[in-house]
Amino acid sequence: MAQLLQHLINGLASGTIYALVALGYTMVYGVLKLINFAHGDVMMVGVYMGYATAFALGREARASLLGVAVVFAVAMLGCALFGFLIERFAYRPLREKPRLTALITAIGISFALSYGFQLDIGFLPGASPRAFPEIITPTEWLIIGDRDVVVWNWQVISLLIAVGLMVGLQYLVFGTRFGRAMRAVSWDHRVAALMGIPTDRVIALTFMLSSALAAGAGLLYAIKDTSVSPLMGLYVGLKAFVAAVIGGIGHVPGAVVGALVLGLVEEFVVGYAASTWRDAVAFGFLILVLLVKPGGLFGRVAAEKV
Amino acid sequence: MSEAQVKTLGERRAFEPLLTVDGIKVHYGAIQALRGVSLTVGKGEMVALIGANGAGKTSTLRAVSGMLKASAGRITFSGQDTTALKAHQLVPRGMAHAPEGRGIFPNLSVLENLELGAYLRKDTAQVRADLEKNFGLFPVLKERRSQMAGTLSGGEQQMLAIARALLSRPQLLLLDEPSLGLAPQVTETIFRTLREVNATGVSVLLVEQNAHLALNAAHYGYVLETGEVVMAGAGKALLESAEVRRAYLGE
Repeated sequence: MAQLLQHLINGLASGTIYALVALGYTMVYGVLKLINFAHGDVMMVGVYMGYATAFALGREARASLLGVAVVFAVAMLGCALFGFLIERFAYRPLREKPRLTALITAIGISFALSYGFQLDIGFLPGASPRAFPEIITPTEWLIIGDRDVVVWNWQVISLLIAVGLMVGLQYLVFGTRFGRAMRAVSWDHRVAALMGIPTDRVIALTFMLSSALAAGAGLLYAIKDTSVSPLMGLYVGLKAFVAAVIGGIGHVPGAVVGALVLGLVEEFVVGYAASTWRDAVAFGFLILVLLVKPGGLFGRVAAEKV
Repeated sequence: MSEAQVKTLGERRAFEPLLTVDGIKVHYGAIQALRGVSLTVGKGEMVALIGANGAGKTSTLRAVSGMLKASAGRITFSGQDTTALKAHQLVPRGMAHAPEGRGIFPNLSVLENLELGAYLRKDTAQVRADLEKNFGLFPVLKERRSQMAGTLSGGEQQMLAIARALLSRPQLLLLDEPSLGLAPQVTETIFRTLREVNATGVSVLLVEQNAHLALNAAHYGYVLETGEVVMAGAGKALLESAEVRRAYLGE
């Protein structure tokens, strides 16, 4: 029983991190019908921004509450700017081209980032993983029984941050004027422009928002994993993409549920079977969901607009 | 074809120009959709653009509203050169375009669709009043305001498209085939409302395949053929012309 509870907590903690990244996939897909395969790598870039900031702050400053806030702020803002630049110079010129063109561009950016960051020149970090500096010192936040169940502080923090960001995002999309504009652009950006909606700006802001969320999630992941590497984006990005598809891509609460389910599935596989099975089961689960519900758990299979 | 070669019928009443389109050309890749279209819409006028499928009616509207970029020519709206402006920049200047196929957002409620029509307006109280006014014009929209717009019938969607366009408080309303796919009775309702709207001072540029309907409602009309204006004239005069009757009214 205690073991089950422990796995539930661990699974939810990693699920919330996937959720934040999955939300980025789902938002961008929502407005552009583009699967932004570079999303995980944008996250990785954000994590390195946080890494550099943490080092610049020094051992003491970065462990303070203010230090942590600075690391997150720099990474998230920097990553938002980075996401803006990618959209502006890589995707926007392809707006009226077939969707496949943008998709392949996204894959190209993904590889350019994940392999470009393995170079060891200038500010680039080189291929080997690096230890992520301790910005949140892991502490046992809650211990039940004789260490039967242990809840770590970073788990609680990442859960709170993730839930807060999700609630905020849900409100943004369904409760604000900007969200209404996003949903209009999502249906048809040409008609949305006829309403006076500056569609390019809405799309750019969506990219910035999703990149900032990714940077935040990536930092939480790096804190949990205690390391950073240029390839982390490919791995986390792929998992989060799976989560978004399980939930029904384009569906905001779906991405969150898909990510939590994926986090739990992985944790239970590791806990009750073997860790080597984790990825196989995760992707097998995706196949299973798509067999039963091709649009994902919450998605509807819509007829392709022509 | 130059302006001089356009056959003109009947008298046009004196007007102050609101929209002047001067020799615009539009290409889709290698295909030339518009070969130099010129037309004017006066303040308070209802102008019809008729012609066969593929004559360039929709392309003309799209170029005017900034959805398409004209490769040559000049568009002047409300005294300003708007040729290079994008669609979203024309809305605050008083242009509203209810596009081909109605262009409603089926994933949003009827009310949300209408609110998007007023997206740029900050005068919340006045927007509320205008919303009520539009519900007066189309009572069925009031009944269905919390329904998803995708669940409306074709006629109701057309009403929504017009009401949404009006909520931006336009000087000029561009309408693309409002009668398409609708029952004659519904079409009649829509055209009656259009005349009411026009009577309040909103200029209308109307694209229609149903030439009879359009020319009856409009003060002035233009006939497009393969990307060029071939004839122009007062609505009634065009309706009575033998050429128009033969080509577009099936006589």
